[in-house]
Amino acid sequence: MSRPQFSLGKYLLPVYAVVAFIYLLTPIAYTFAFSFNNAGRSNLTWQRFTWDNWRNPCGAPAVCESVVNSVAIALFATLGSTVLGTMIALALVRYRFRFRSATNLLLFLPMATPEVVLGAALLAQFLNLRVNPGFTTIVIAHIMFCISFVVVTVKARVATLDPHLGEAASDLYASPRVAFWRVTFPLLLPGIAAAAMLAFSLSFDDFIITNFNSGNTDTFPKFVYVSATRGIPAQANVIGSAMFLIALLVVLIGQVLAARRRAAAEAR
Amino acid sequence: MAADLLAAPGGGRDLELVGITKRFGEAVAVDDLSLRMPAGSFFALLGPSGCGKTTMLRMVAGLEVPTAGQVLIGGDDVTTTRPYRRPVNTVFQSYALFPHLDVLENVAFGLRRRRERNAEQRAMAALDMVELGPLARRRPTRLSGGQQQRVALARALVNNPAVLLLDEPLGALDLKLRRQMQVELKRIQDEVGGTTFVHVTHDQEEAMTMADTVAVMNAGRIEQLGPPQELYDLPRTPFVANFLGRSNLLPGTVVEERDGLLGVDAAGTRLLVPADRAVARSGQVLVGIRPEKVHLVAAGADEPADSTVLGPGTVADVSFSGVSTEYLVDVAGYGRMSVFTQNLGAGPGAMVGEQVRLAWSPRHAFVLVGDAPAAGPLEREAATVGAAGGTGP
Amino acid sequence: MTAALTSATAEAGAPPPPPRGSSRIAWLLLTPGLAYLVLFFVAPVAVLLLTSLYERVPDGPVGATRPALRWENYTDALVTYAPQFGRSFLYAFIATVLALAIGYPLAYVIAVRCRNRPLLQGLLLVLVIAPFFTSFILRTIAWKQILADESLVVAVLKTISLLPDDARLTATPTAVVAGLTYNFLPFMTLPIYANLERLDLRLIEAGEDLYANPAETFRRVTLPLSMPGIVAGSLLTFIPAAGDYVNSALLGTASTAMIGNVIDSRFFRVVDYPTAAALSVLLMAAILLLVAAYVRRSGTDDLL
Repeated sequence: MSRPQFSLGKYLLPVYAVVAFIYLLTPIAYTFAFSFNNAGRSNLTWQRFTWDNWRNPCGAPAVCESVVNSVAIALFATLGSTVLGTMIALALVRYRFRFRSATNLLLFLPMATPEVVLGAALLAQFLNLRVNPGFTTIVIAHIMFCISFVVVTVKARVATLDPHLGEAASDLYASPRVAFWRVTFPLLLPGIAAAAMLAFSLSFDDFIITNFNSGNTDTFPKFVYVSATRGIPAQANVIGSAMFLIALLVVLIGQVLAARRRAAAEAR
Repeated sequence: MAADLLAAPGGGRDLELVGITKRFGEAVAVDDLSLRMPAGSFFALLGPSGCGKTTMLRMVAGLEVPTAGQVLIGGDDVTTTRPYRRPVNTVFQSYALFPHLDVLENVAFGLRRRRERNAEQRAMAALDMVELGPLARRRPTRLSGGQQQRVALARALVNNPAVLLLDEPLGALDLKLRRQMQVELKRIQDEVGGTTFVHVTHDQEEAMTMADTVAVMNAGRIEQLGPPQELYDLPRTPFVANFLGRSNLLPGTVVEERDGLLGVDAAGTRLLVPADRAVARSGQVLVGIRPEKVHLVAAGADEPADSTVLGPGTVADVSFSGVSTEYLVDVAGYGRMSVFTQNLGAGPGAMVGEQVRLAWSPRHAFVLVGDAPAAGPLEREAATVGAAGGTGP
Repeated sequence: MTAALTSATAEAGAPPPPPRGSSRIAWLLLTPGLAYLVLFFVAPVAVLLLTSLYERVPDGPVGATRPALRWENYTDALVTYAPQFGRSFLYAFIATVLALAIGYPLAYVIAVRCRNRPLLQGLLLVLVIAPFFTSFILRTIAWKQILADESLVVAVLKTISLLPDDARLTATPTAVVAGLTYNFLPFMTLPIYANLERLDLRLIEAGEDLYANPAETFRRVTLPLSMPGIVAGSLLTFIPAAGDYVNSALLGTASTAMIGNVIDSRFFRVVDYPTAAALSVLLMAAILLLVAAYVRRSGTDDLL
């Protein structure tokens, strides 16, 4: 550690990381700051500090409606994609079947296709079937692009498990069904939860695919994009900042609890 | 006390394998194998990795189905019975403890699946038996390797199986802990009584110290089966001679049989072997002699009476290993011979380059048929293990 | 996606213990999900392929088309929009390289340097992931306003003469590339982090023992071992960046338009479905070719 050539990496790297974090967080700081701006209709320049936007996040027309839509869509998409994706992941890891590589390809392709193509293709399909785009078509689209991510996340969890655990369960008188619910599923749960969180955030933040398949339904990102031209209400900043803070808080609490548990376990 | 709780009805039945063959595609893992393991015995399946011993075990557990043949437990055909319906429990090589359950729940898992009463008390008793009672509420990931191993053992034994399968259970432990667990396992087997232990291992010393009966497996077949002493004293194939300990094998031709002794001509020297220690009494054979049965005779000294003498040869290498010293001696016409001498403190032995003769009593020699195994890494590995164990028997 | 995409490469290591009569259960598990993907991914792409060959109805209403096999849609689209295609791939490539340059050290600091401080590691990781939850549109607009002509940043840069008086930061290719880099930085950082997190530090020690010099150790040991993370991160950055139109629309001008902007406007403003479809097919094909070549060259074939 005390060797001279190492000091370069020792100090340069953390400084570099700090600069990277500033880059990463500047727009969030900006969004947060301007959520306190008494801006009126267009939140472009700083006027003066106010709590009003936070007190009344639904103050601007259509903001909360779009957030409710986004949350509802994300919940449906999370549920659908997590169930379908987990089933596929289980089949891929635990069973041998024909067309395995074709299945892998089918799962890889949606991830390798740009959103604009996915959105355009789905819209073409819906127009062809004379389906009017709206809430349902958004949910359908989101489930589609989340499935692959769920599969990959759950599969990653399965791969870390000792493959003999299932055998051990059946050696200890557990039928396949019992072995699944008593051993495999509880062990997969962290992976499934991670996949669900990923699906939720992907769905909540999606704009491009949503924009193609939403018709007149507004989601939060779409609302922000559409209002960008005529000025975004400060309430949108409140929503964005609140989401950020909630996510930060949830994960940090989890971290602290985990650290406490570690410390307690070590103290024993 | 613990044993009382465990010794419920069900324990101890014969395990019988009849003509078992297992193929994976083209590869034959187990080849027409038949075996009978009497109730309550401690049986070791010993062989190099890939010899089919683990496949054998998995077929008894029900985790694989034989391509042909039958598995009988106490006379009942369980060949196609699902693993969770067999009176068989396994201690897995990786232990396979459930990481989401604490130690007690791991041990109680099988009892709960069978809806047995007092699952918790019985699990606790089993943990006490392996001296892990105080750790009952820990997660298995927080235990040491040796502790995990004992939890796995308790988890299997608490179900009082007819057959307990141990798949290289001590493989992940360090040498000292392994010795300790070998003794422990023997004690536990005596304590639970009746359960047939089937122990798969590639460690010949482990097999010999623990098992009543050892079956040496090679390439899907059983080469030889018997009590450890018998196997060591009188191997019947070149593979066993060199996998279980180590042997000097000298090719020769049987030229006479007289007074219960065979005379074998090996490159001009007459080697004597008791006829009842010979696999074949005529033709091309291999004369085997264990390294620790060979004496070094210094130039000029007299050889012991009634012994077979070979040499002189040149000492090529001397390696000291505490209790014993191994000498490698090059004897013209016979190649390199290995000799172990115990370090009894009788002064320095032979030096490298010294001329010595080799002598042994004919009653220790044996005759095999077949090719001497080529000296590969496997043989060398077996040989080093043999060096440690060779002083014992 | 973090643990996710890198682990796609670890598939070869997954042991398959198939129970008896299992393929029936496997198909029960697979069918709903795969049917869904066939219905809402394969079929739409097939429709897109068909639509890309349709022809417009002469003198018909806006957007009216009829089935045909008009291959000229492709040549026309390619000739007309070659600059946007070129720009898309160029911008996406630069953004990927920049994101790698920023994301790799970042991931290394979090995964390796902070390994003994789980709380700090957790916090930094959250800070990388959390921007996902502030809508990416909102963050892009924040950049637009931070870099706007009348903004503080621009004023300061001009006062200290780092920026010429008549120059601007928004509505430039630089702004678009910076926006792309920014938006996809977490997608680059997380897979690399997931990979480096599993890196055995003893390997680095062994490397320093063998090569002595940290730079050489990095090049010979750390970098090759983190290749799967780099490949996954690059794909997750390049693919969405090449198809993106939000950054160009918000931070650029007509002269920075990317292929995504064209597809979007062909669909919604001009209502020219065949051209939009042809462009989409071309984009998808080009990306798949690049991905296949990249995956093959980097020796992580099992990603597919």
